[in-house]
Amino acid sequence: MNLYALLFLVAGLGIIAWLTGRARAARFGSTSEHRLHSLPGQHGLYVALWTTVPALLFVIVWWAVTPMLATDAVIKSPQALQLPAFGYERDAILNEVRARADGSEYGFYPLAEQLAPLYAHASSFYAWLGSGLALLLAFACGAFAYTRVKADFRARTRVERTVMLVLLVASLIAILTTLGIFLSLLFESIRFFSMVPVTDFLFGTTWSPQVIDPADPGKTLGAVPLFWGTFFIGAVIAMLVAIPFGLMSAIYLTQYARPVVRKWMKPMLEILAGVPTVVYGYFAALTVGPAIRDLAVSLGFTYASSESALAAGLVMGVMIIPFVSSMADDSIAAVPSAMRDGSLAMGATSSETICKVLLPAALPGVVAGVLLAVSRAIGETMIVVMAASGAANITANPFESATTVTKQIVDLLTGEAEFDSPKTLAAFALGLTLFLITFLLNIVALRVVKKYREAYE
Amino acid sequence: MTELNSPQTTAPPKMAAQGVNVFYGEKQAIRDVSLDVDMDNVTAFIGPSGCGKSTFLRTLNRMNDTVASARVEGLITLDGENIYDRSMDVVQLRARVGMVFQKPNPFPKSIYENVAYGPRIHGLASGKADMDQIVERSLKRAGLWEEVKDRLQDSGTALSGGQQQRLCIARAIAVDPEVILMDEPCSALDPIATAKIEELIHELRGRYAIVIVTHNMQQAARVSQRTAFFHLGTLVEYGETDQIFTAPRQERTKDYITGRYG
Repeated sequence: MNLYALLFLVAGLGIIAWLTGRARAARFGSTSEHRLHSLPGQHGLYVALWTTVPALLFVIVWWAVTPMLATDAVIKSPQALQLPAFGYERDAILNEVRARADGSEYGFYPLAEQLAPLYAHASSFYAWLGSGLALLLAFACGAFAYTRVKADFRARTRVERTVMLVLLVASLIAILTTLGIFLSLLFESIRFFSMVPVTDFLFGTTWSPQVIDPADPGKTLGAVPLFWGTFFIGAVIAMLVAIPFGLMSAIYLTQYARPVVRKWMKPMLEILAGVPTVVYGYFAALTVGPAIRDLAVSLGFTYASSESALAAGLVMGVMIIPFVSSMADDSIAAVPSAMRDGSLAMGATSSETICKVLLPAALPGVVAGVLLAVSRAIGETMIVVMAASGAANITANPFESATTVTKQIVDLLTGEAEFDSPKTLAAFALGLTLFLITFLLNIVALRVVKKYREAYE
Repeated sequence: MTELNSPQTTAPPKMAAQGVNVFYGEKQAIRDVSLDVDMDNVTAFIGPSGCGKSTFLRTLNRMNDTVASARVEGLITLDGENIYDRSMDVVQLRARVGMVFQKPNPFPKSIYENVAYGPRIHGLASGKADMDQIVERSLKRAGLWEEVKDRLQDSGTALSGGQQQRLCIARAIAVDPEVILMDEPCSALDPIATAKIEELIHELRGRYAIVIVTHNMQQAARVSQRTAFFHLGTLVEYGETDQIFTAPRQERTKDYITGRYG
């Protein structure tokens, strides 16, 4: 049976279950001397949930395993003896069998054409079987729930609990994904560190993955230049732009701007945050980079690169401005207006009030905003991929080129990648390091914010 | 009107308002209010919620300037000088006319820094020793010195509500103002803390001209010598506190005093 038809049927059964459950509850409500514990609608919902949810779960599982069962059936058939025993070709033929059974008309293997009807037959059999089982399950569970509907049955509690469960699952998905990402990074990194000593990676100052000595891969996989470049571009240059401008725009918007100005300027600033980073990348690579090179040359740095750390950092800083600004805006606005009035009533000017009362009071929030901004900046990829160079230098000269962790990850994983060489696995170790650093920054920032909130409530 | 609104005084008034109107946008909050505040007496503003007494108080040190939609008409003078004149520096004005708010609002700084804030921004102290002296004197006048002298570096927000309010009074008197405006200073405090503030007001009387807005009529009767009754943005009656509470001239005042409304 078609999957959609089945889902439609189950949904229909659910509606019927809701109606009958509700009707039964209503009947109890009118005949029994006890008052109904829950509303008839809640009883209906309870029956409907029992009817649909187990059946749907079953359908999900069944449709996931059906291809395997059908493939098994194909392999057990006499024609399948012609299949190559193992390896790439066998998988390719089986893939083609599945594709043909699903209606594709192209293929390379005549054998696949023979096997396709078998597969189609088997999978249609399993689909019918699955549909039958699903409907049976829907009926059985629905009937079970239906018999439980009584005047004093606590359907409301059960339905609430189901709702809670659904919400819990939804929130767990994000957390489990994070955990999954972390674990996959961790396992690949462990493979990497079995080939390259941790100390070489964390403290080595030479990074050139193009020339790896198989005898001592750690020699050219020292990540210090990358950490330095990331720190220099993301945490120094970008923040030198983002913190002053973000903070000043927040002060202007909260303290000086008239409501009309604020109404227009704040959304415009937020649009800046919505510009895709790849567009910033163009801007950095094609406009800012060459302009800075020309400036550097005119200042006497003859070998200035157009892929300077300054270009990437400046543009990244501009990208972060709205982020810092909106965090600072929130924390300044959270300072009770009584503080501001108190200071103004003492005869302080607006700027004295801001410097001496509002900013100190808002400081924890601002610091947290800056930490979050740093963690965004060092994780930022597109701008540095387009505008920063691949040369791993340790330099404090902003006109020279520097590279970042994210840029190197992209470089390591693009092109032909063998997933067991130290070169490729280094990307995962870099990813893990970056993950841990941003994770720590976020935790610190959230703690600071939390502490700050407690101070005022 | 002049007779009604100006109780008999000998000295020239410290502050005087003549025909003051205040608007928030289109809405008029104060209608044609004229009254004098003198140096030797505590003046209380009473009236039901929303009657404009706090609004009027805030015109006296131009705190309404911080509200974008507020507009003030009429004449308000401090020692005969129009405080809404172009030549009047609002920073100077607020140094001379201090304010204490409804909810204690110490800055999230140390007790010492809270009191030193005003002298510092106005450059009143010539050195550390001088500042120490100003802080000590202000805290003593606010009756808080004995309680906090050993912990001046603790945060001002860690004090109890009543102590915080006295800290705010100390902060206001640290710049040596001539007038102190108090906007329901006890409404967030318990009875014991309230009693302490009232006692403090008695002690400060004479040194500063004090104007206090209060919801509490007993409080007005206890702390003030002059009482102004506001209703619906107008000044209904202004006179000696005893007279207002024992023999109000206006019917509306009498109704309010006897608890008929408000």
